[in-house]
This record gives sequence, C-alpha cells and structure tokens, in this order.
Amino acid sequence: MICLENVGKKFFKHHVLSKINLKLNSSDRIAIIGGNGAGKTTLFRCLLGHYTHQGNITIFGRNARRNRVELLKDVGFVPQIPPPIQMTVEELINFNLSISDTVTKDDIFSVASDLKLDILEHQKKPFFKFSGGMQQKLLIALALAKKPKLLVLDEPAANLDPYGREIFFERLQEIPKETIVLLTSHRVNEVKNFVNRVIEMDCGNVIGDQRFEVIK
Amino acid sequence: MKSFNSIVYTEIRESMRTKWFFLYSLIFGGAVITLYSLGITESQVLGFVGISRVLIIFIQLCLAILPIFILISTVRAVVGDRETHVLEYFLSMPISLRAYFWGKFLGKLLVVFIPTALALIGATLWGFIKGLEVALPSVFLYIVLLFSLIICFLGLGMFISSIVKKVEWALGLSFLIWLTQLLFIDVLLIGIMLKYQIKETLIVAVTLLNPLQVFRVASILVFDPEGSILGPSSYVILDSIGRTGFLVFSTIYPISIGFLLAILGYSIFRKGDLV
Repeated sequence: MICLENVGKKFFKHHVLSKINLKLNSSDRIAIIGGNGAGKTTLFRCLLGHYTHQGNITIFGRNARRNRVELLKDVGFVPQIPPPIQMTVEELINFNLSISDTVTKDDIFSVASDLKLDILEHQKKPFFKFSGGMQQKLLIALALAKKPKLLVLDEPAANLDPYGREIFFERLQEIPKETIVLLTSHRVNEVKNFVNRVIEMDCGNVIGDQRFEVIK
Repeated sequence: MKSFNSIVYTEIRESMRTKWFFLYSLIFGGAVITLYSLGITESQVLGFVGISRVLIIFIQLCLAILPIFILISTVRAVVGDRETHVLEYFLSMPISLRAYFWGKFLGKLLVVFIPTALALIGATLWGFIKGLEVALPSVFLYIVLLFSLIICFLGLGMFISSIVKKVEWALGLSFLIWLTQLLFIDVLLIGIMLKYQIKETLIVAVTLLNPLQVFRVASILVFDPEGSILGPSSYVILDSIGRTGFLVFSTIYPISIGFLLAILGYSIFRKGDLV
C-alpha cells in the first residue's frame, strides 16, 4: 500500500504540490490526469525519492526517501522522455541485470519482442541513437521485466505508434494483479479500459478521485 | 557494492567513448613522444638534462592542462546527468546515492590518472631503452604528486557539479576558479603583498594555499632539492619545513582539499532534490 500524507512540494515560493493526501491500495491501477503543470511528474518524483518534500510518503511500509534503495528494488519506472543514455543497448541491459536481482535477460527479450523490438539486431547501437519509440519500448521492457510491485509510468505510450500502444496496453493487462500501477496519460480514452481509478490533478492539488470497475 | 562497481565500470566506459578522452590521451601520450623526438633529452636548461628535462616539461604541461581537463570533464558528472534526465532514470533504480556519487568519482579518477601515469611510465621506459640515467624515486614522486593534483581537482569538479543547476554555470565557475588559481594568486595577490612589503613567510604561506602552486613548487623540488630556480622563496620553504616536509605537505594538502570538497559536494547532493 502507498500512503501520502500532507505531501507538499515548493520550488522557492511556488507551490507545485499542496497537501496531497492519498491512499493507493494493492492492485490499484491508477491514471493520474491533469494538464501541464498539474504536478503529476513532481508527484512521481516524490514517490521515487527524487525530491525532498513536506509531509510523509510511505510505500509498502517504507519511507520513500530514507529507504529509497530498498524500495526501488520493487519499483519499475518509465520516464516521460527517454534520457539520452550513452550506453549501448547491450550495456544498458547488462547494467539493469547487475543492479536488479529480479530481472532476467529472457524476460527483457520477451517483453521487447512483444512490443516488436528486436534487441539482438540493435544491441550494439548506443541507446541515444534509437528513435524515441524504440527507446521507450526498451525502457518499458526493462521496467516490466523487473516484475515490480509498483509500476510508475510517466506518459509511457507517448512515443509509441498506435500499434505499439495497443500491444503495450495488452501487455499491461498481463502483469500480476497485486502490482500497483500508476500512470499518467493525456489520452484518457486509451487507459480507461485498464485503470480502476482516475485521480485528477490541477495546480498541485487533487481535484478528483474516481473509482470504477475495469471494463474487460 | 554491486551497484558501485557498475557505476564505476559505466563511468569508465562512457568516458572512454567521449572525444575529450581521446584528446586527453593524445596530448599526454603525444607530448612524451614529441619531447623525445625534438631531442629534449640532449638539451640543457637551468641545469636539467636528459630524462629530468623531459619530466620537467611534462609536469609543466600537466600543470597547465590537467586541472582544466579534469574540471571540464568532471563538472558535468552530476549536473549533466541531471540536465539530461539520465540521473532521474538511473536513480529510479536501486542505486544508493553513495554508490552513484563515489562511483562516478572513482571512475573519473581512473580515467584521468591512468593515461597520465602511463605517459610518465612510458617516458621512463624510453629513457631506459635509450640508456639515459633515470631517477626512479623521482618518477615515483612525480606520479604521487600527479595523483594528488588529480584528486584535488576531481573533488572540486564534483563539488561544483553538485551545487549548480546548469552545465553552463558549472563550466563558467570552473574556468573562473582555474584562472584564479593560475593567475590571481601569482600575479595579483603576490604583487600587492610585495608592494606593501608584507612578511615573506606570509607571502609564501598565502601562495601555498593554492594547490597549483604547491604542485609546481613540489615538482621542481623533486629534481632540484635546493630549489635554486625558485629563487628566495625556496629559502623560506626549505628553512620552514624542509624538502621532505614540503613533499609530504604537497601530497597530503591537495588530496585533503579534494576529498573535503567531494564530501561536501556529496553531502549537498544527498540532502537536496536529486533531479
């Protein structure tokens, strides 16, 4: 379970998050929606222990900042913009394998293959030379292969083509039920069949929190 | 430890891929070859001849180029990764901040130190082959001094990288500090102090606050134990702490500054927003 109590974040005098209180339960599939500057990415960065903040965040009973290393073993993350990593694809995969005990090469190749990304063909290429879509596919494969308890996806399908998006959401349906999935998306229609909860944010506040049955 | 090793390995691989690394290796490797091909070993300037002459020039070259090379490559370590969102991605993995920061530090240290040390060792081997008289203890001392200088500027670079928010600011600040160390203390401060007839021990003490100056004086004392080319300042230094004392100081002082700055940088990095 994830618990956010009075979570606030300000940069100088500007409040980016204002007293957020949320409880996210195991098996919740949550879409966080809101316009630019709503605070979605800031909220994710607080959850991942990247930002200092007011209030308290506990994830699976651990403090998000103080216990970040232990916690991140159970977290998979796909950023909004794939970073220009200089490593080759092979090196990036090996790096992930060396850091996470739960990741296997077979799992990475399997997810990538589902997403129509041929890793073997491109493994000697530097990651940053990939197209945006291919970069995102690899990052998705790495995150899903980790079999995390919490999956944080910041606009994960933004760079994917329509076919890639379709396959990606199909693949998301297959992840274990107890995994908490938090994702942001500007295409609410695209995620509505996958999520059971939609949290709406605006100017750093939660302005809506709807729960509903997932339509299969 | 596993993540620390991975960060060190990654840092080395990434540095070796960059153009600056090739340029850096080329300059230091090329310098030694050029010095030999120009017949520097046969020339005699200020009493230095043979391999000593080559090493003296090599050290002067290090003094001019090494600090700014280290700063340019190191100041990007944290702030560069932050700016490009690489840091956000890597720190979403179970990598401790200690492993990340000190892994980068060690990776950069190896990448900068090994080519420089190899160039010095290469010069020494060449000297042996050519039948020149090579003072091995002096070469060893030079390597220690270089290591000390590298740690100092690596620490400074990591500190700058942790406190600034943009790569441009980090580079600007690096140039400013480098120029200050290279010029200000020597040309301006010492000039002013001499003009106002301040006590010579104070002038020398202030001069030796500058790690670049410490390195310069120490590298001269390695081959010139009397410090005759240093002029009157050598009397103040040698009378105060002696040659051995100064060489020990020249090793410990820059390393201490480097580690202190790196620890301070790490402390700032771990307490603030990471991305």
